[in-house]
Amino acid sequence: MDLIFDWFRVLYQETGINLPFLYDEYDRNRMVDGFLTTIRLSLVCLFFSVIIGVIGAWLQGSGFKWTRRIVNGYIQLFRNTPPLVQLYFFYFAIGTLLPRVENDWGGQSPILGSFAWAAISLSFFAGAFNVEIFRSGIEAVPRSTVEAAEALGFSKLQIYRDITLPLAFRVVLPALNNNLVNLVKTTTLAYAIAVPEMLYEANQIWSDNVNVTEMMIFLLLAYFVLVGVLVGAMNRWERAMKIPGYG
Amino acid sequence: MRRKHLITIAASLVVSALSFTTAMADVLETIKERGTLIVGVKADYKPYGFLDPSGAVIGIEPDLARDVADKLGVDVEYVPVVSSNRMQFLEQGKIDLMIATMTDRPDRREVVLIPDPNYYSSGTNILALKSLGLTEWEDLRGKPVCGIQGAFYNKATSQNFGAEIVAFKGTAEAYSALKAGNCAAFVYDDSAIVAKTNDPEWADYEMPLQTIDDAPWGLAVALGEENFAQMMSDMIVDWHKTGRILELETKWGVENTPFAKAMHEEYK
Repeated sequence: MDLIFDWFRVLYQETGINLPFLYDEYDRNRMVDGFLTTIRLSLVCLFFSVIIGVIGAWLQGSGFKWTRRIVNGYIQLFRNTPPLVQLYFFYFAIGTLLPRVENDWGGQSPILGSFAWAAISLSFFAGAFNVEIFRSGIEAVPRSTVEAAEALGFSKLQIYRDITLPLAFRVVLPALNNNLVNLVKTTTLAYAIAVPEMLYEANQIWSDNVNVTEMMIFLLLAYFVLVGVLVGAMNRWERAMKIPGYG
Repeated sequence: MRRKHLITIAASLVVSALSFTTAMADVLETIKERGTLIVGVKADYKPYGFLDPSGAVIGIEPDLARDVADKLGVDVEYVPVVSSNRMQFLEQGKIDLMIATMTDRPDRREVVLIPDPNYYSSGTNILALKSLGLTEWEDLRGKPVCGIQGAFYNKATSQNFGAEIVAFKGTAEAYSALKAGNCAAFVYDDSAIVAKTNDPEWADYEMPLQTIDDAPWGLAVALGEENFAQMMSDMIVDWHKTGRILELETKWGVENTPFAKAMHEEYK
């Protein structure tokens, strides 16, 4: 392994192609940390945004006028504002208003750190889109199917959970794919509030080594591969869930 | 040379949409033709480059830039830059000259042309709550420390003293995060911190550590602009000789720094 790493040092000396995140141990560690943080943030946001989408779409079909209004208000607020502005808003505006806790270095720090705020803000951002995506799927389920379930004595929750949602899921997967891919790419914005994800660490490295071009190319490829893996997994899932004759 | 080729090729592939001016023509001609000198300065670094209430860029470095424009007989236009993009702006030809509190380092000299002698100097220190009672750099070990993205001492602070750097885009965000308690301290140039500790709003904060890495600042022009660099060298010598730097420090409320005094003595 060390041999390979050293080869990149030689590459730098010979050709000027500088990839310090391969041959320099310190830079390598922070690049790996950045990569893991990106994955962690992506997974957390993917999970919660889908949950928000499912619950939101269910509440949208609620019989109470105010429940529907609140869900719609949430969608409008998060869909019509830029995600970067939302991040800044959560971290710098809401974050400083919350109570502080004693930390282990004898100071007072806010309850939630930058990673938590990034996860919350990005989940809500993608969640707003997911609600609309799931709604489109739910509306695509034929009324007659729901009526048949009602006739069989299913409750409202049972119909949503066992009939509407499984069918809707298959309809919305392509649209959901799109939004989740966008979500993974949007995690790069978290670097504005100093979440040490991949773009943030790359920025630190190119500032220290003045190798902007190399880092930009690496970043582009890294995200291409990362999103490629997600798209591949989602496509497999789509195929596995396919019902013959439906959709 | 190979590296330069590689950069040019790769950059034109990736960012072919951006205009990528290679330093072929003499930029001095371009400036005179255009009638304006475009200078990259800081806009968040009081008192070296900051915004006045009307939004205009003012400070020590904008004043120095105006001296250069006056010498060339053209107008001056300020472009606010930050640490992480200032050298790229120069490479891409978005600015003709950069006077942006940049520490002069050998690897930077490979990317931009820094004329000698240096015009200024500063070191690294931290701004922290008095109540934390920090006394030495080692006290930062394991604590979150705010910084600015692109500052060279981020790596040193985390590597040598074990601090966890939390780096933001600009100083406003970093100061805000420090105030909110997201970090134990803010690592930055001592010249800027001194100005902050005099601010009544920051009365609870201090600059408790020994300044380290006292390093000279370099202004820069694009690589290959030898004529412009020669002219800037003469300008800097002139600034030191006439005491212009000392005069500007006094004008903007900074105590005269040992570096500025020493350079004035040397060139007088």
